[in-house]
Amino acid sequence: MALAGTRSAGQAALALAIALFLGVFLVVPVATVIYVAFTEKGGGALTLINFLDFARTELFVRSFWNSIYVSAMTVVWASALALPLAYLTTRFEFRGAMLVQTLGFLPLVMPPFVGAVAMQLLFGRNGSVNLLLDEWFDFKIGFMEGLNGVIFLQAIHYFPFILVNLSAALRNIDRSMEEAAQNLGAHGLRLFRRIALPLALPGYIAGASLVFVKVFDDVATPLLLNVKEMLAPQAYLRITSIGIDDPMGYVISVVLIVVAVATMWASALVLKGKDYATTQRGGGGLARRKLKPREQALAYAVVILILALVLAPHVGLLLLSFATVWSFSPLPDGYTLAHYARVLGDSSVYIKNTLLYASLAAGIDVVIGGAIAYLVLRTKLPGRQWLDWAASTALAVPGIVLGIGYLRAFYGVNLPDGTPLATLWIVIVMAIAIRRLPYALRAAYAALQQISVSLEEAAENLGATKARTVRRIVIPLMTGGLLAGFVTSFATAAVELSAVLILVQSNSDAPLAYGLYVLMQTPAGRGAGAALGVIAVIIVAICMGLAQLAADRSQRARGLDI
Amino acid sequence: MIRLSALTVGFALGLILAAGAAFAQTGKVTVVTSFSKDVTDPLKKAFEKAVPGATLEVQNRNTNAGVKFLEETKANNQVDLFWASAPDAFEVLKSKKLLSPYKPKATGIAEKVGSYPVNDKDGFYSGFAASGYGIMWNERYVKANKLPTPKEWQDLATAPYFDHVSISAPSRSGTTHLTIETILQGEGWDKGWRTTKEISGNLRQVTDRSFGVPEAVNSGQVGYGIVIDFFAFSSQGAGFPVKFVYPSVTTLVPANVGIVANAPNKAGAEAFIEFLLSPAGQEALLEPTIRRLPVRPETYAKAPAGYPNPFKDKNLQGLLTFNAELSESRTAAVDTLFDQLITFQLEPLKAATKTLHDVDAALAKKDNAQARALAKEARDLIAAMPITAAQAASPEIRAAFTGGKEKSSRQAELEQQWAAFAKEKYAAAKAKADEALKLAR
Repeated sequence: MALAGTRSAGQAALALAIALFLGVFLVVPVATVIYVAFTEKGGGALTLINFLDFARTELFVRSFWNSIYVSAMTVVWASALALPLAYLTTRFEFRGAMLVQTLGFLPLVMPPFVGAVAMQLLFGRNGSVNLLLDEWFDFKIGFMEGLNGVIFLQAIHYFPFILVNLSAALRNIDRSMEEAAQNLGAHGLRLFRRIALPLALPGYIAGASLVFVKVFDDVATPLLLNVKEMLAPQAYLRITSIGIDDPMGYVISVVLIVVAVATMWASALVLKGKDYATTQRGGGGLARRKLKPREQALAYAVVILILALVLAPHVGLLLLSFATVWSFSPLPDGYTLAHYARVLGDSSVYIKNTLLYASLAAGIDVVIGGAIAYLVLRTKLPGRQWLDWAASTALAVPGIVLGIGYLRAFYGVNLPDGTPLATLWIVIVMAIAIRRLPYALRAAYAALQQISVSLEEAAENLGATKARTVRRIVIPLMTGGLLAGFVTSFATAAVELSAVLILVQSNSDAPLAYGLYVLMQTPAGRGAGAALGVIAVIIVAICMGLAQLAADRSQRARGLDI
Repeated sequence: MIRLSALTVGFALGLILAAGAAFAQTGKVTVVTSFSKDVTDPLKKAFEKAVPGATLEVQNRNTNAGVKFLEETKANNQVDLFWASAPDAFEVLKSKKLLSPYKPKATGIAEKVGSYPVNDKDGFYSGFAASGYGIMWNERYVKANKLPTPKEWQDLATAPYFDHVSISAPSRSGTTHLTIETILQGEGWDKGWRTTKEISGNLRQVTDRSFGVPEAVNSGQVGYGIVIDFFAFSSQGAGFPVKFVYPSVTTLVPANVGIVANAPNKAGAEAFIEFLLSPAGQEALLEPTIRRLPVRPETYAKAPAGYPNPFKDKNLQGLLTFNAELSESRTAAVDTLFDQLITFQLEPLKAATKTLHDVDAALAKKDNAQARALAKEARDLIAAMPITAAQAASPEIRAAFTGGKEKSSRQAELEQQWAAFAKEKYAAAKAKADEALKLAR
């Protein structure tokens, strides 16, 4: 038992280090802002009256239910988009599976502002589709109207969360499970419903809960569609408008955080008490079946249709970046390279910063996310759940609250030469890392849930220390999941704006998203903004493609090792 | 707090490996601005050429975020200048003692554009360009939908414009706030709100970003937008098929620049202000991507044909003397009223307005006195206000927004009251309008 003592001491030290990290970069900065929710305006006395006001204000209550409705419906539609792609590309011999996976991820990498502009040009009231429909058939479809418009855009934007996590989970299921079921006569849909889907549930839940919380907390998409009667936009509008000292904005932030934590808690509850681990014997992943020619044609049709829909924003973005003038017409009036020429000079510093910040942030996220997942699932430390919950609240903290919190916490702190700590670029990296930590955490969590403890026990029985077991058994088996987490964090970090906008202190430290924001402040800048957006998407896509390649390689290498 | 900070430093320092120390270079002038790259780039280039050895470091933040930033960082200020449109943002900074006074040496600058003084009377900020509000529209959209060309605000309230107009929320855009305030001051509190609500009944959308409006008009998603002039002019400069008109009740407002209190490079800041007001700086405002109105009258001689000239054009002389103090005394109330009565009640307001348009159409064919009376009642219900002009500027209501001692109720309570008021009145108006429509048909 002496061994167990040192072991838990090491674990406790790790847990403390993570707690300290979360405390300094998340809890304290956010608390310096959020406490306003609990104070009386002007007086500063502690009170809960603001929460009562929240419940009594019809607008907030209406917004709350609108947000719940939109989030739930988005999960449904996002699942409908993600399931076929994930299943077809992992379960079958499917040429171009890697391409589909990479492309299917791109919607998440939609730079702010320009994506919605592009979608309005395609699907808006007078977008290309509706102008053509009106001309040919004399009717229009309100794709982008009201709450349904938000659901439409959010499902397209966030379905990759489900796709990535579900695909990673499907790859991790040991093929013997399916073979056994097939031997017993199961096939087709039944095989999927009874074997693959239940075993991949941790991945699906990880993705779906992320989608729910993200949509619940998303500000940009509803506002770009001018839908303000949702909770997160209400918080954003209040915090950034004249009533910056008004407690209600922060009250809503608290509600957002509570909902985020409750969602994570509920998703843990769904998975509780069941075992999703399969003992991998190398090779890993579902056996890939061959499709019959007719099935294949159908599968390609489905995949192409889905990809066409979810990549529409990028097509629009591309068109916009080459367009001279695009106004009230199905296609631009003319095409030009001028927008690219204009941004090329500025963009190299933005690109460099974006790659640096996003990879540092994603690296931090994977390390910390993996460590938290391990502590929660594999140890018995008291209070370990709190790490998970604390990290998950980052999902719900509005970027602007985090940004202001960082200014408050770090601006008064001087470096030896007199410059404030908050002016260093590393602070931007920390803000991005905190904002994207939940993505990596959920991915790591799902990956670890699928690894059977028996493998670790076997290693320890053979005399391996805990550290060695983690290094040689757990981490290699988690690679797929961790990589999924890295890619998700990296790609979304690359287009993060809200917190960055507050923290950027000089153009030479600014990432791409900031450059985009600056360009998009005028109507004349849309083309140049779109060009910069295209550059951002291409860079992120290349990085993701490389990561996918690495994932595939490692999977194959493990398969060949046996 | 001290212990906390020490902890923070220790931990953060541990993480920082090779962050290059950012020493202030001589001649670096740091400016926080809400202006886009289209505006700042040409001016930066011209400034650095005019003042050798100086570099302009531009931090782009929207106006509110910029004010918040200066407030949060005042203990250790690293910014020399604040540079933005909305005069009220400068008023806020001034009241929080975040600006330092400076009297520009440049001569030949007009005292007033339209009826608005160019410079702050206490010398804390200076106007360097002017802009006015008006109506912008997309010609292709208007042609395709066979819509009319507007001239006055009131035109936008008429039936053909229903569901075709866009505006940004005054709580989100300092300049829209000034437009609404201009209408309120020009027509009086009750009449002004009536006009505002009648126009709003025709709104397609209320955006939260001021450039959301020109974007929607340029791309043809809406037909008409209530915008500040340079959005329209720079869109035209970029080739979009849009037109713009100043209605007769409009106010020209200066865009301003001011030196931040405890600026690290005060001399550089002063040099930048002098540059902006110099002939070269003023001419740069004429660039197609900027298109602001210079405050130096002689600069207009170099302007392209058709460029508005507030010192010559009759319609820009200003019919209205804008009362900045009155505006300041009720800013929060006006913005919140707009949000609670219009932005968040847009659907019921539009429903009632649409029915009233239908009633008017029916009455034009066949008059009916009773229906006409009912329609008037419905219009009065829509125009009803929960508070009077005196109440809006009263200490009780102001204190509700600032948290002061005199408050009679909390901001959230007021908002709920006003929203409930509007909801009830709009529902009643819709019922009356429905009744009128039945009679008129």
